[in-house]
Amino acid sequence: MAQDDDSPMLEMRGITKRFPGVLANDSIDLTVRSGEVHTLLGENGAGKSTLMKILFGLYQPDEGDIRLNGESVKIVSPSFAIEHGIGMIHQHFMLVPTLTVAENVALGTRSTRWPLTDPAVVSERVSEISERFGLAIDPSVEVWKLAVGERQRVEIIKALYREAKLLVLDEPTAVLTPQEVDEFFEILSGMRDSGHGLIFISHKLREVVAISDEITVLRNGRVTGHTTPGESDRHQLAELMVGREVSLAPDRPPVDVGEPRLVIKGLSATSDRGTLAIDNLNLEVRAGEVVGIAGVSGNGQRELAEVVAGLRPAKQGSVVQINGVDAVGAGARTTRQAGLAYVPEERMRDGAIGEFTVSENLVLIDHGSKQFSSRGLLRFAEIKRHCRQLVDQFKVKTPGLDTSTSTLSGGNIQKLILARELASGPTVLLAAQPTRGVDIGAAEYIHQQIIAQRNLGTAALVISEDLDELLAISDRIAVMFEGRIMGIVAAEIATREGLGLMMAGVAEGSPA
Amino acid sequence: MHRLVSAAVPLMAALAAFACAAVILVALGASPVDGFRAIFSGAFGSVDRLSVTAVRAAPLILVGAGISISFRASVINIGGEGQIIAGALLSTVVALAFPDLPRPVLLPMVLVAGLVGGGIWGAIPGALKAYASVNEILSTIMLNIVAVQFMNFMLRSPLIDPLEIERGTRIPQTERLSDNAALPTLIGGTRLHLGVVVAIVAAIGAYVLLWRTPLGFRLRAVGHSPDAARAAGIPVKRSIVTALALSGSLAGLAGAILVFGSEGQRMVTDGSAAGFTGSAGFNGIVAALFGGLHPLWTIPSAYVFGGLITGANHLQRVLQVPAALAVTLNGIVVMFVVSSSNVRERMSSLLQARSEFRESESTIASEEVVSS
Ligand SMILES: Nc1ncnc2c1ncn2[C@@H]1O[C@H](COP(=O)(O)OP(=O)(O)OP(=O)(O)O)[C@@H](O)[C@H]1O
Ligand SMILES: [Mg+2]
Repeated sequence: MAQDDDSPMLEMRGITKRFPGVLANDSIDLTVRSGEVHTLLGENGAGKSTLMKILFGLYQPDEGDIRLNGESVKIVSPSFAIEHGIGMIHQHFMLVPTLTVAENVALGTRSTRWPLTDPAVVSERVSEISERFGLAIDPSVEVWKLAVGERQRVEIIKALYREAKLLVLDEPTAVLTPQEVDEFFEILSGMRDSGHGLIFISHKLREVVAISDEITVLRNGRVTGHTTPGESDRHQLAELMVGREVSLAPDRPPVDVGEPRLVIKGLSATSDRGTLAIDNLNLEVRAGEVVGIAGVSGNGQRELAEVVAGLRPAKQGSVVQINGVDAVGAGARTTRQAGLAYVPEERMRDGAIGEFTVSENLVLIDHGSKQFSSRGLLRFAEIKRHCRQLVDQFKVKTPGLDTSTSTLSGGNIQKLILARELASGPTVLLAAQPTRGVDIGAAEYIHQQIIAQRNLGTAALVISEDLDELLAISDRIAVMFEGRIMGIVAAEIATREGLGLMMAGVAEGSPA
Repeated sequence: MHRLVSAAVPLMAALAAFACAAVILVALGASPVDGFRAIFSGAFGSVDRLSVTAVRAAPLILVGAGISISFRASVINIGGEGQIIAGALLSTVVALAFPDLPRPVLLPMVLVAGLVGGGIWGAIPGALKAYASVNEILSTIMLNIVAVQFMNFMLRSPLIDPLEIERGTRIPQTERLSDNAALPTLIGGTRLHLGVVVAIVAAIGAYVLLWRTPLGFRLRAVGHSPDAARAAGIPVKRSIVTALALSGSLAGLAGAILVFGSEGQRMVTDGSAAGFTGSAGFNGIVAALFGGLHPLWTIPSAYVFGGLITGANHLQRVLQVPAALAVTLNGIVVMFVVSSSNVRERMSSLLQARSEFRESESTIASEEVVSS
């Protein structure tokens, strides 16, 4: 890279990108200097990922100009971007699980001893990089043994190994636990101090305020504002982003709780690796209440959700009943017929089918019902009517019902799944990370919907790593630690600190 | 743009295949121009040739439509040969058991028997895959071999024409089956029979099934994402069995059509699978790939392949080139088309911006391969 000290590291000017039926980027300007964390903030579908994919050479802009250190470039492909010092950390990691960290890092780079490999040199450089930026990782360990946060570090090392100066981080924190986020931010600060330029995307305003130097706000593909954390606090940011005031805590009118609808007694289950993930867990969720499950991820929440949904077997003697129907190992068909709606944590994998259209995904569960099929044929007119209504009601941003779901923005896919699940009229709602990757306006709406369900007498179990979210919508909060419930507290008296202690395994409140 | 590419690539593959064929023809001392003319006139040159091609295409249409169903459910069915044989055997047994039933009863019965026989032969690897994680590519191929041996056994003893034993010739074939089971000819003086219509109707049926029915919806859902299907309450294992059973049943129907549309009106074996099926179980896969795994596009694509087969046979007679050339030609086209369907996929996925969560990954993956 030709270094011209006055010009910023990156200048994007008038970037425009159209997709069929969507103007994803509308003449966007973005300037990033070395040594700054520049945050892109915007609603779901605002065009953030599209802009970043253009920068990384995954899409070509229809109009506009990109300058790197003052030099106009046409980024034709990701390998061009990498050669020019741009790195991108994808939300879905691109690592080969059976290879070691060092092997993953070396993959796709030319070894110094080509055509032979040079594992020692790679390991050494990996150690050097991890030391320099505090990315504690053993280069010789296989990737499948690593936790999500650690895998992300491998991705960062990969980018730094390729000498990236400008790093794009598209919703990197969505998959991290709060502790991991803190460590992650330290790494980012280290990179900032060493003169890297960082573009950060997140919907969590707490994080945005904590890490950003500059904030550019996008709405409907256009830049609508520019600010810094010093100028705007969380509420102002929320307003800038959504264009109206957002209530961060929805109304929760008092409701009489009814009979238990979800009953879990003596539940023990193993994880995919065969270790004990849930250890004699007891929990009841009654009609008309929202019970939140807090906890550092990996303490059995995922397995709990899967057992309740009927998708994971449990140990002998475990009882899980949905409206009196046994759920353990029963399959999703049975649990859904018993009244369950299930919003899975891994929305891309379990919640929707990327290749299906928006309307196909909206009727993924009910396609065989009398409403949507008769005499063995699907009733397209009725499906269309129903889907149009859901899309309007839940404000899913899509060019049409026949659009391939994979082209929707991440948050809009989540809205689509919620629309489908809530529309099924559940009596028990199980939602894992319901607002992960969702913008605050949509999160507000989803919270309102969950509470509306509760007011109608639904028993809701919400698993989340976002304590603010749980404090805002739960009636009771249960903390999970090492497969057990550490304690259950009423939301009114729960504090972040108290919950945090229990999440770390320190008992408090009423023991389970 | 992307439509255009997906249409152009298989055509280019066909052209490349013909270029190879031309080289072979020259090497054999024949003029490529004459050769191609012979192929074309043999395939499409007259009403008679057109109808022979249609008859050749019918089993390919059926197998291809079946392949489309299973592929959409992400199940690979290489067992067309065995399923054809299974369908043919069961329909033959039915025809032997009820020779005196009137045609309006017997003909549908033998066709259904073909569906059932092939369906069972397809359901076996389906169940093995779903419930015992047996790779369906291996099991379907194995079952092809089992089916051939079973056919040879059946035609050599239990089902053999009693006359063959009497005469001591012992040709492994059944007696002449009831005329009431024969597929009636559609145009006098040609070979065009009802089986062709049955095949086209079945392909349309496969299309309707995949895109208009809840069952097809489930199969496609399972094909794209078994995890999401499972979480939605779709029975994944049962869908896998269903997909292979349906796929097999269409091949089985092809088997029935081969028997009851044959000139001899009987089932004969020369000991090999291809001797009975004419390799329709494999060529049908190619026809399906050429048709983009879409049952409706499989119809014209199977017709073209049928033409290639009849044309190559004609070429062999006209130019006196070795019989193996017909098979070779076929093989070359298959090779180019199959590899081009990969190329096509790659090209269209490059052109069509794909899923947020997959596109970036695959692009990166291929970048890395390129740069390493
Ligand atoms: N490959 C594509 N084909 C068609 N439309 C697309 C494609 N990629 C993105 N879009 C559309 O462009 C718009 C912007 O999408 P983008 O993914 O950039 O949003 P985003 O700001 O990243 O949202 P989120 O916060 O939900 O991730 C959306 O309306 C989306 O549907
Ligand atoms: Mg995005």
